[in-house]
Order: sequence, then C-alpha cells, then structure tokens
Amino acid sequence: MSTEGAMRGDRVPQAAITIVAAVGLLILIFILVFLVRESIPILKIASLKDLLFGIYWYPTYNPPDFGMLPLIIGSIAVTLLSSVLAIPLSLGLAIFLSEVCPRTLREFFKPTLEVLGFLPSVVLGFVGMVLLAPWLQMNLNILSGLNMFNASVLMGIMIIPIVASIAEDSFTAVPQDLRDAAYALGSTRLETIIHVLFPAALPGVVEACLLGIMRAVGETMVVLMAAGGAAVIPRSIFDPVRPLTSAIAAEMGEAPVGSPHYHALFFAGLLLLIMTLAINLTALWVERRWRWKA
Amino acid sequence: MRRFLLATAVLALGALLAGSAIAAEQLVINGSTTVLPIAQAAAEQFMKTNPDITVSVSGGGSGNGIRALIDGTANIANSSRFIKQEEVKMAVEKGRYPVPFGVAIDAIIPVVHPSNTIANLTIEQLHDIYTGKIKSWKELGGQDRPIAIVSRDTSSGTYEVWEEKVLKGDRVAPQALIVASNGAVVQTVASNPAAIGYIGIGYLNNELKAITVNGITGSIETARSGEYPVSRYLFMFTGGWPTGAALKFINFVMSDEGQKIVANEGFVPIR
Repeated sequence: MSTEGAMRGDRVPQAAITIVAAVGLLILIFILVFLVRESIPILKIASLKDLLFGIYWYPTYNPPDFGMLPLIIGSIAVTLLSSVLAIPLSLGLAIFLSEVCPRTLREFFKPTLEVLGFLPSVVLGFVGMVLLAPWLQMNLNILSGLNMFNASVLMGIMIIPIVASIAEDSFTAVPQDLRDAAYALGSTRLETIIHVLFPAALPGVVEACLLGIMRAVGETMVVLMAAGGAAVIPRSIFDPVRPLTSAIAAEMGEAPVGSPHYHALFFAGLLLLIMTLAINLTALWVERRWRWKA
Repeated sequence: MRRFLLATAVLALGALLAGSAIAAEQLVINGSTTVLPIAQAAAEQFMKTNPDITVSVSGGGSGNGIRALIDGTANIANSSRFIKQEEVKMAVEKGRYPVPFGVAIDAIIPVVHPSNTIANLTIEQLHDIYTGKIKSWKELGGQDRPIAIVSRDTSSGTYEVWEEKVLKGDRVAPQALIVASNGAVVQTVASNPAAIGYIGIGYLNNELKAITVNGITGSIETARSGEYPVSRYLFMFTGGWPTGAALKFINFVMSDEGQKIVANEGFVPIR
C-alpha cells in the first residue's frame, strides 16, 4: 500500500478516500461513545441486574422501575417471529427468481421486488393498525388485534425484499459450471438446488438473512403502531408487546434531559446497538468460516 | 429592447415575491394533539385576516411542545396540562419565562365499543379497570370477556389528566395497550368490542359509545360548571409576555371569534 512508484495523480484521490473513510469511522465511534456516555448514569440508579432482568417498566412513576426485560424480550420475539415468517418465503422467492423463473419474467419481477422494499414503514404500520388489527380481532377472537403477530407479519413483508434480493444475487453468483456438473451426473433440478447450489451460496444467503434480521431489530414505526405497546412478557403470539425501539420512540419526547428516564432510554438504545453489533459479527464470522473456496 | 423589458419584469416580480416572503412573519406553534384541532382551525382563520403572518401548527404531545418553547424552536406551545416545575426551571434558565393562557376547557370521556352494554362507571371502577384489578366485563355487569385496556403513552397530556383524576397516581396495568394519539385510541376502541379507552371530548364520534362518569355525562355544561369530574383547562404557553404575531394570535384565540372556533371543534369555550 506504499505510494512509492505510484503516480503523483494517484495520491490525491487516495488521500481523499482515506479522509472520507476516516470521517465515516469517526462518526460511528462518536455515536458509540455518545450512547455509552449517556447510558452510564442509569447504572448509578438501577443495578445492571434490575435493568436487564426487572419485569416492570414504569419509568415515569415515583419511585420509578426500570426493568427492561419485557422490552428486550419484545424486541427479540418480534424479530424472531418475523424472521421465521419471512425467511423461508424470501429464500423460496430467491431460488425461484434465480433458477426457475423465465428470463423475461425475471426482468420484471426483480425490480418490482426491490421497489416493494421502498415502501415506507409508516404505511405498513398504518395498514396493520387499520386493516389487520380489526380483522385479526374479529376472526380469531383475541383480546386485541394490535399484537406481536400483527407486527411480525408486517415486518416480514418489510424484510422479504431485502433478504430475497440479496439471496438471489448470491444464487446467481454461483458459477454455472457447478449446476452443469450436477446435471451431467444425473441430478434433478431439485437435487441440484438443495445439494449443490445452497451449500455453494450459503455465506451470501446467511448474510442476507442476517441483514434482514438486523433491519427487523431496528424497525420502529411498524412496532410503534401495530405491536400494541404493552410492556409485558408475551405468553402467546397474540399478546401485545413493546419492543425497545417503540419504547424509545414513544417516551423520548417527554423524558426531561438528564433525568433517569432519559438515561434509561439511552441504555435501551445501547442495548439495541449491541444486539445489532452481535448480529453483524455473527455475519462476519459465518462468512469467514464458510467461505467457499473455488 | 423587448428582452430588456422582459428581464426587468421578471426581476421585479421575483423581488416582489421574495419581498413578500421575507416580510411574512413566521409563527411556529407546537404541542398537544388535544389542542391541535383548535390551533389549526384558529390558524386558518387568523391567516385569512393577517396575510402577512404565516402560522405553522404541529402536534407531538404537550411535553414536546413545551420543550420546543424552551429551546426556542416554537413561539407558542399548545399544552393540555399545566407546565411542570422542572420545565419552568429549564425555561427560566434559558431566559424564557413561560406565560400561560387558558384557551379552552376539555372533558376527557371514557369510551367503549358501541356493542358494549355498559353505560356508566364510577371513578373507582375506572381506576380498578385501569390498574388491572377488574379484569373482565362480567364483573361490571357486561359480557363475559376480558377487558382490553387502551391508554396513552406518558408524553400525552391527556394521559396525565387521566392519571391525576382517575388513577390518582397508581400505575396503569402492564398489559394495557399504549397508543400514540387520541386518533389512535378512537381507531383501536372502535374496532375492538372488548376495549375501553379515554379521549378528549373533541374526538368523540359515532363510532364510539361514551360512558357517563359517576352518573354525569361529559358535556359542555358539565365541564364548564366543574360538575364533570374528568375535565381540565387547555393552555397555550408563550415565552415571556407575547409580542407581535404571537400576541395577535393569542388575542384572536381568546376573542369571541376564537372561542366560537373552540366550540366548533367540540371543546368547551372558557366563557
């Protein structure tokens, strides 16, 4: 990476790119430091154990309770359910697009799928509140249609374009030689897809899934409007939940700056960052470990 | 010659438009979603009679509005509750003395789905429902189904009044559905036969059934006389005694014409 021997004209763009990359990194570090700095004060008021495992979230009362367990479980539960609903569908869609779909139809389908990914989340939240919730409530005789299942269905719709698009790219990237070799040995299309294609594209597919999951963890509008907002640990998928994102969005406007509530909400934000970071690191680890060698 | 005249005409027009835009005084109003309909209707009427003032109104909760007033990003804060001690302190620290104007009276009506047979509840019953002590409609003489409690998030002035007058400081049951606005409460209760919620009187419509409290119906007369237990004043706060556009607007809202707008929006005029 030395500049010796490089033409003088190369140094300026090199420096420019280095500066831009450094700025990007600095912004990330700044955000992390800011989050940590604003979260630490809550540990003086509530112990880490109370924060992570307490089951009552009543931050505005006197004396306040800062138990985030219902919020954490809410986030995890909605993310899990939406992934379970969306990922099989997305992978099936990706396989269809890359292996089965006729070329001309694919030229139409793939852009449409990507456009679906641009749907504003508030529109989905609105649909959930106004259409899905009453329908669920009437047909399933549950207490309320604003619940975990509602939010997960909407989030699933939201992450399908992301996962399907990236997974489809990985499938298409697998060299045609492998498929030809498999067919030459007499496999059916299904056998080729399951035993040859999937393992070959696995790192990319896993990355696609993890990206979708990260999106679901950070989603705010959909859960704010459609998940019900009750800070309880759900006992069925039709119970209302209050994920971390929805708690922050609903309560940050009122929390006086510098109050324990304010610091607790920043701590919730830090937890979200840690969760996203963990998923990101998992993605890196998977890619490194299972990198398919040509 | 013709091109010169055309250019001059375009420049003059541009200068005129730019001039009127610069000359237009800006009035930013932010805060409670309960006061929002009043502020919006008043702003529309006000701008007609004061074309050189541009008023922008937004909701977001009483807490957000007062915060914006303190930060200086709003000229008037709509609030459905009185300003809190800490907020006064922060405002004075920033050099903005909060001045309250009581512009309307609001009644908060508990509502249920039209199919619900319950017609009246006492404050104690409402308290027990919202703290989770009463769990089923059967205990109140209604159908045998669990109660879906609908409440507002803590940044809502409507919630704060409900907390003060009905909950009396006790905690809302954790399984209560928390929604973000009066409109969302209407939407949720109107589509759920097992739900109960509370809204400002201005949001009542025929998709919902209003419940009487302690036998008293929430209405203009009972709110103004103080008979209806769950009622409160609605405020507009300014930073220091208002001047200029803010003063004109406040005077307009407090005038007879402004109070007529308050009544039109379904609230109780102060006189």
